[in-house]
Amino acid sequence: MDFELSEEHRMVERMVYDFARNEILPSIREHDRNGTFPHELLPKMAAQGFMGICLPVRYDGAGMDFISLGLLSEGLEWADSSVRETIAVHLGLHALPIFQWGTEEQKERFLPPLATGENIACFGLTEPGAGSDVAAMTSRARKEGDTYLVSGEKMWITLSDVADRFLVFAKTNQEEGTRGITAFLLERGWAGLTTGTIKGKMGVRASNTGWINMDEVPVPESHRLGEEGEGFKIAMSCLDNARYTVAAGAVGLMKYCLEASVSYARQRRTFGQPIGDHQLVKQLIAQMKQRIDLGELAVRKVGWLKNQGMRNTRETSMAKWYCTESAFATASDAVQVHGAYGYSDEYDVERHLRNSKSAVIYEGTSQIHQLMQADYEFGNRTDRPLRCEMPGYDPEFWQN
Amino acid sequence: MNIIALVKQTPDTAQLSASMDGVKLSAEGGPRIVNPWDEYTLETAIQAREEHGGKVTALCLGPPEAADALKTALAMGVDEAVLVSDPAMAYSDSLTSARILVAAIGKIGTFDLIVGGRAAIDGNTAATTVQVAALLGVPLVSYVAELRNLDPADRTISAVRLLEKARETVTSRLPALITVVKEINEPRYPSLIGIRKAARASIPVWTCADLGLDATEVGSNASGVEWQSELPPLREANIEMIDGGPEDAARTLVDRLIEEKVI
Repeated sequence: MDFELSEEHRMVERMVYDFARNEILPSIREHDRNGTFPHELLPKMAAQGFMGICLPVRYDGAGMDFISLGLLSEGLEWADSSVRETIAVHLGLHALPIFQWGTEEQKERFLPPLATGENIACFGLTEPGAGSDVAAMTSRARKEGDTYLVSGEKMWITLSDVADRFLVFAKTNQEEGTRGITAFLLERGWAGLTTGTIKGKMGVRASNTGWINMDEVPVPESHRLGEEGEGFKIAMSCLDNARYTVAAGAVGLMKYCLEASVSYARQRRTFGQPIGDHQLVKQLIAQMKQRIDLGELAVRKVGWLKNQGMRNTRETSMAKWYCTESAFATASDAVQVHGAYGYSDEYDVERHLRNSKSAVIYEGTSQIHQLMQADYEFGNRTDRPLRCEMPGYDPEFWQN
Repeated sequence: MNIIALVKQTPDTAQLSASMDGVKLSAEGGPRIVNPWDEYTLETAIQAREEHGGKVTALCLGPPEAADALKTALAMGVDEAVLVSDPAMAYSDSLTSARILVAAIGKIGTFDLIVGGRAAIDGNTAATTVQVAALLGVPLVSYVAELRNLDPADRTISAVRLLEKARETVTSRLPALITVVKEINEPRYPSLIGIRKAARASIPVWTCADLGLDATEVGSNASGVEWQSELPPLREANIEMIDGGPEDAARTLVDRLIEEKVI
């Protein structure tokens, strides 16, 4: 058993945190205040290879492993959740599913522009009336010749107004429930496809969140991902990727909150001493560190399972549930340590608190994850083998 | 071109852990980084190689863990890296460090250009690179903010020096040693492909024996300067109340700000 990061991982970690400190932090507060998307970061992230960090070099990725994806997510969310969300969605919910489920022709065609950031991609599963209850979706697709006509509305879609590639899910068979769902790869500019942005979010204001409207969008058969009726399995496997980045990102958010709290508790004095000398403040600091250490262990274990090519749905769900709830508690405690100043956006901890609330809702609410964990224990839920499993990390394949 | 980049590993001053009373600085066990000025060193050397071809060798004197700084240099794109490290070299002052570096440069072989940072953020003497140039007998162009013309064929370098109240353009023959300031470029981040290569690289470590140096020629015994202690600068803050009406108070305030060289 080895809990140490490799030298390569430590270098990735340092580089990502340097990037976050130098490129994201200086401008993210203004983006958050104004609710603007930091478009200027995308070419910088692409130049560093972030957009395809764990895709094989043969598809123009950086050829790194899943631990590196976790470290990237952690470092980006240390600065702001919105930037990590871009990686979670673009890579975890769009590019990696193509790598897992796509034909070789689809991988060679679609992955390189995603890995280099030439295309930015999103994922459309949630609908106005269907979130965790995926079977309730009303988006539908009917086939005419070798073309599908896709209609429906997707809601709460990260990057909807920024992306030019869309992985969306629609029912090709209305009678079959989740087994009637099929996945499609749409492109901006296609007839009948429109997008918009949702305003007034509590947090992740520097991320773009919106809707996708599809009105009889013609989708060629070459853009169907997987088989007809395989969409639900594809969607759930996508979540195994994205939930991992969400959990890792939550660890980064907690690390920022702890660093800020320790620094503030050293400087701020009350009753003649630094507040860090007060026992109840020490307790808050200790609890933050406890959550970080446990969360990091959960995340690293999932990264290891992914590298081994072992199914990790249960462990990923656990890490996501624990880390996002811990991040919400930690950010709240960090605001508490900062007192009144923490309640103002002069300090970053209030932004982290607002951001942290979103992650206990998306990618499966905490309640869904608790149901999942209980169902595993009662034997009501087992993970059956998939037609296309995500392969384990093989440096020979990934780097050549 | 054969380019040597002088790199030092330093404590991360942004993360020095001050004790609760704020009077002691602790670098022991804290994170260590590439001296921030040397990030500009590395970028300058790599850009020169990219433009003129050749090879960049990063050279670092320090404890074994300083190999991390050289890994960063490799990940940024230097071709080779050498660590000079020997327990006997500990506590060398800047002149002794310069002598060691000159011995290592002699072992690397011929060079056209040596690049260093304007100072290291730990000792902040800005002396070692100057002494290296003097011991090698090559021209020194310090505080370089811009490379106007680097001409390996003509064996000349033209650079703009950033001085306190002037920018000075200097032309020197090659080989030369330049020290750079942060205005010269924007250092790149290590690339992921560079990180993969660097993590696999084995960095040679040269000891006193490899450099033909006797243990008595290096380290604290050979050094004239000894560092007693390192403390954060004292911070003096006063509150001064200005009496009088708004106009008089404003006038006094402006006078005081001018006096204190704030405006």
